[in-house]
Amino acid sequence: MSRYVPSLELIDRAAKGNIQAIGRLISRAEGGVPEARPALAQIYRNAGRAHVIGLTGVPGSGKSTLVAAMTARLREQGQKVGIVAVDPSSPYSGGSILGDRIRMSDLANDAGVYIRSMATRGAMGGLARASLEAVDVLDLGGFDTIIIETVGVGQDEVEIAKASHTTIVVSAPGLGDDIQAIKAGMLEIADIHVVSKSDRSDANRTIADLKHMLTLGAAGAFKPEWQSPVLGVSSYASEGFDALLAAIARHRDVAFATESGKKRQQAIARFRLLKTAENLLSERFASSVGPIVPGFTDQLQQREGDPYTLASELLATSFK
Amino acid sequence: MVQPIRVLLAKVGLDGHDRGVKVVARTLRDAGMDVIYSGLHRTPEEVVTAAIQEDVDVLGVSLLSGVQLTVFPKIFQLLSQNGAEDMIVIAGGVMPDEDVAEIKKMGVREVLLQDTPPEVIVQTLTRLVSERGER
Repeated sequence: MSRYVPSLELIDRAAKGNIQAIGRLISRAEGGVPEARPALAQIYRNAGRAHVIGLTGVPGSGKSTLVAAMTARLREQGQKVGIVAVDPSSPYSGGSILGDRIRMSDLANDAGVYIRSMATRGAMGGLARASLEAVDVLDLGGFDTIIIETVGVGQDEVEIAKASHTTIVVSAPGLGDDIQAIKAGMLEIADIHVVSKSDRSDANRTIADLKHMLTLGAAGAFKPEWQSPVLGVSSYASEGFDALLAAIARHRDVAFATESGKKRQQAIARFRLLKTAENLLSERFASSVGPIVPGFTDQLQQREGDPYTLASELLATSFK
Repeated sequence: MVQPIRVLLAKVGLDGHDRGVKVVARTLRDAGMDVIYSGLHRTPEEVVTAAIQEDVDVLGVSLLSGVQLTVFPKIFQLLSQNGAEDMIVIAGGVMPDEDVAEIKKMGVREVLLQDTPPEVIVQTLTRLVSERGER
């Protein structure tokens, strides 16, 4: 493939599972290549078969290791698994070190697993801009389950719940108490709570705190069909995976077959629409205001203008 | 939107020295590139699969164990089996001059040995990718 292969031609190859075609289409989605737009549109319209699992948690909680261990078991069930692993871009250089793949080295020789690393490139919320387009391409490529692993998040990056059928939140032991557990934000979005490193003695405390939080009131999109379980899992000791895989399978049924599941699918579509519009808007804005930003910055810094007035003018200029 | 250059840095075989490749990874990151690091002890098969799945522009193999004449033929064979002949392959590390000439004949585009200044590594990758053009 040394010449430029048109994206529409790549679709057939990708649909047959050709990894190079899949990889190239994802790259073009990531690069916002205009030539690839009609192809990506066609791919989206034909996608929607795969079960999309979002996996999120704080940095170092064991997300990548858990994804690898989960994937190995999904493979035993005969499922093909696609993985989109997001890591942060440098706020200074824009570059990145994408290291999630290292934790998944046991999967490296399995043709039924496709791993793609992605940098955030300034996107907030835990996903990269092209993460969901990558999911579409993997869906086209015949992957039954697609796991999106977010960047390591803090307390408030909850976009993944609006982009996946099943959201797993990974908590590591020893990072907080029962008050941390009742705060708003990330813990609310879990369809399944996983407490990682459950071979550690303090894991039981974290499991208890999360269970206690859940007794205070139901959260999430699936009440009353679904109660989020709290599952201790140890990749190190290879424990807890049967329960986790069973929970994922049960949640898949809820997500695809119930009334609230349909509502969730609708919310996913709505999020996708608005998020894409927002990205288009900010790209257009950034490219049109570039030349006038320095002057406005000076005015603001000299206190000759105020942020609200100048920003409104900037917007007005941009959409003239 | 300018696409950052994507690079897979790989360690193949029993070579356990990765301080150098980590310095290179950091240098390329700071030059604005997306860098995927394979980790230690990978096979040529694993590296080539990763390079294609990740659709990297450049596959950089770091070798300090003297196995370049065994590893590179395997890598090029696998790339060509997978229709990925357009992958830019470079080598880094320590090796004898005659091996440098030999692996360049096989298709390694540049060999950046241990005394290469960081900015030269960045310039070399940038040049190779821009010479290749759109894909």
